[in-house]
Amino acid sequence: MSTSKQTADAIIVGGGLHGCATALYLAMRGINCAVLEKDYVGRHASGVNAGGVRRLGRALPELPLADTALSIWRNIEDLVDDDCGFESLGQIKVAENDAELSALKNRAKTVQDIGFSHEEIIDQKQLRELLPAVASHCIGGLYVNGDGHANPYRTVTAFKRKAISMGVRIFEQTPVNEIVRHGTNWLVKSPSVKIEAPIIVNCAGAWGGSIAAQLGDYAPVEAQALMLMITARMPRFVKPVVGSQGRALSFKQFDNGTVMMGGAYQGRAEPEQNNTHLSFNGLAKNACAATAMFPIMRHATIVRSWAGIEGVMPDNIPVIGAGSANGVYHAFGFSAHGFALGPLVGKIITDLIDGGDIELPIDAFRIRRFSQNKDT
Amino acid sequence: MKDHYDIAIIGTGPAGMAAATVASAHGADVLIVDEQPEVGGQIYRGITRQSIKDRTILGDDYYKGQNLAGAFAASNVDHVSGATVWQVSPEREIGISKDGAAHLLTADQVIIATGAQERPFPIPGWTLPGVMTAGSAQILLKSSGITFSNAVFVGTGPLLYLIAYQYLKAGVPIRAILDTTPKSNRLKALPHLPGALSHLGSIMKGWKWIKALKSSGTLFIEGIDDLKITGKNSTEAIEYLVQNKWHRIETSNVFLHQGVVPNVNLAMASGCVYHWNEQKLCWHASTDEWGSSNVPGISIAGDGGGIGGAIAAEYQGRITAYQALYTTNKIKKQERDINVLPTRHALAHEMRIRPFLDAMFRPAVQFRIPTDDATMVCRCEEVTAGKIRASVSLGCAGPNQLKSFTRCGMGPCQGRFCSLSVSELIAEARNISVNELEQLRLRPPVKPLMLAELANLSTFASEDT
Repeated sequence: MSTSKQTADAIIVGGGLHGCATALYLAMRGINCAVLEKDYVGRHASGVNAGGVRRLGRALPELPLADTALSIWRNIEDLVDDDCGFESLGQIKVAENDAELSALKNRAKTVQDIGFSHEEIIDQKQLRELLPAVASHCIGGLYVNGDGHANPYRTVTAFKRKAISMGVRIFEQTPVNEIVRHGTNWLVKSPSVKIEAPIIVNCAGAWGGSIAAQLGDYAPVEAQALMLMITARMPRFVKPVVGSQGRALSFKQFDNGTVMMGGAYQGRAEPEQNNTHLSFNGLAKNACAATAMFPIMRHATIVRSWAGIEGVMPDNIPVIGAGSANGVYHAFGFSAHGFALGPLVGKIITDLIDGGDIELPIDAFRIRRFSQNKDT
Repeated sequence: MKDHYDIAIIGTGPAGMAAATVASAHGADVLIVDEQPEVGGQIYRGITRQSIKDRTILGDDYYKGQNLAGAFAASNVDHVSGATVWQVSPEREIGISKDGAAHLLTADQVIIATGAQERPFPIPGWTLPGVMTAGSAQILLKSSGITFSNAVFVGTGPLLYLIAYQYLKAGVPIRAILDTTPKSNRLKALPHLPGALSHLGSIMKGWKWIKALKSSGTLFIEGIDDLKITGKNSTEAIEYLVQNKWHRIETSNVFLHQGVVPNVNLAMASGCVYHWNEQKLCWHASTDEWGSSNVPGISIAGDGGGIGGAIAAEYQGRITAYQALYTTNKIKKQERDINVLPTRHALAHEMRIRPFLDAMFRPAVQFRIPTDDATMVCRCEEVTAGKIRASVSLGCAGPNQLKSFTRCGMGPCQGRFCSLSVSELIAEARNISVNELEQLRLRPPVKPLMLAELANLSTFASEDT
């Protein structure tokens, strides 16, 4: 096959939400960029995740980012001409006993101590007002007003379309074979196209580790298959997104009535084959948690289950920032909770590239943390 | 049900029954599971019960199933009826629901014999109450003797004529038969006629059905170019276009049929590879001469792998069973080969009529790919042909992306009833062949599963973790 040769100001590897958002922000600054996606945009974690947009329960280093990201989500339609299905109906983590409630109280205090006030403890009465269908033994919870969820595939597609309208070239079905230095540029070779640019951004998700290696950086990203399942339509009985302090469960009902359940149970990922396998023993535990917390769910019908391929870091927080070589930037390994951050991360990477000020603390996400650990 | 079997078979149609009978006769520990309360599959539905006294109504071919069902009844297999199989994993873990409880078990060999289903017939009004497939009408006839007077039979293919003929035999008045077989098919089928002549009996039988229907005085219209079913809340009429002129027949029941296609969902969700067959316009399992799929230990027998009919399915069931017996060390290679050889000859003979039938009854494109953008394609999520075409113009490249664009194929049927139409429609809109499309990714549960059943599995699972 003949390969065309092209140039750009920046090349983005990976057409997920982070890649497309980065492309869009770069394009808005007049930086000419190309996105290379080995499958199609939103094929993996970006398009098939649970769609949570939350601050609730986030790792502390991510909190400032999640808080700022929410302001982008509130105006997402201004940015990408689509509301992305974003609904802000709150998120709740439920406590089923005193020990769980006191753990939630500790968490709320920790968050307050670093200057955030969004997480609030609610008692049993408030819980039942927010979640009328919750099981009667649940005694309270931790609530964040303003958190919510969006439609993942619709979101990533909206970013893609907006980026294209701003002149971004998106190459789908275009796997990266090799990345080499060419003068001061990075030359990216794929079966159908060769592109070179002084800047390269690694947004390759679960495949981000091997891209990082080609750019001279080390990051031990592990591909995981986080399982989700969804029911047939039911009358609407829950509005906020619900989690559990004591069980691995994430639970939400969409406005079309379908109920999605997920939470920490893994299938088996085969990133080389683009494939995931499900484990019904894990899904059974998930079902157990859902029926225990919402008795109405006993009669729900599961119509589909699936798992996206997530890139997970050993410390469960992502890699965001500059690489060690000139012109290299990374944004991957969001460890199964990167969707909400996607639009903001695109802006952060653009600020880094464009020499702008980064007001948000991102040092915790530097890629060097792994090679430093490796050395010592 | 035990936790483990030598051989597990999904489906008690001709392929499944034949496989189970052979496998158990050679000492294998065999499980066979089916959704229906009784054996027979679709073709021999109700064969052990026979709610119809007059044997001439269903005809001799139907009663061939008695021998098969008799041998099966005498064999020593664990038969779980009225149960849903919602997964066969690539590791051959089988998920079964029965009487409100879910079970997970394993088998060394799995034979998937899920049979055929009717090809979708997406025309305007096909989702109105009063419209059903001709196969559904036949199920009601076979299982409980229920019939509908003054229905209009619409479509093409041997099964359509057979069911109409069975109605005729049962003395149920038929309002009309609207034959959609393209006239040009005859010419295209002609080269395949010599190969089919070894099945002269079958061809004559079909001809006899059509002749009987025509001479009965039933309105029999050929050369139909377009169709629509109309009605406010239910079917009131069917309108048809012949030689550029629309006609109308008032009726409250329309039976649609344009051939059968493999029921692929369970095998595809197990990871079995299928390819597009342009002659048959459906997915065919990529299996070897033993019916073995690309997934180790999983084989496919009968119409679920590719349409061959009931007799061929029975032969394929035997062949896959002998291979499963050999693989599980129940028989030696020589024994396998000696036993299978006559079956192979019989199977080859049985398949000789297929190219003729495929060409003769190839459904017209306008009845597979809706021309009217308002026509419903996905019934569960109410997605129209126009919405699918609009998604393609927005960059939707295949059925998996279409799910995200429109929810098409994401309802309770999980694409079982729309995926063929969707694949052909997207391929046409993109001006490529169906083979170039990414296939619909299917996931367990292949059939809807109650959350409470799944939750109950966890009480067992947690004991060993």
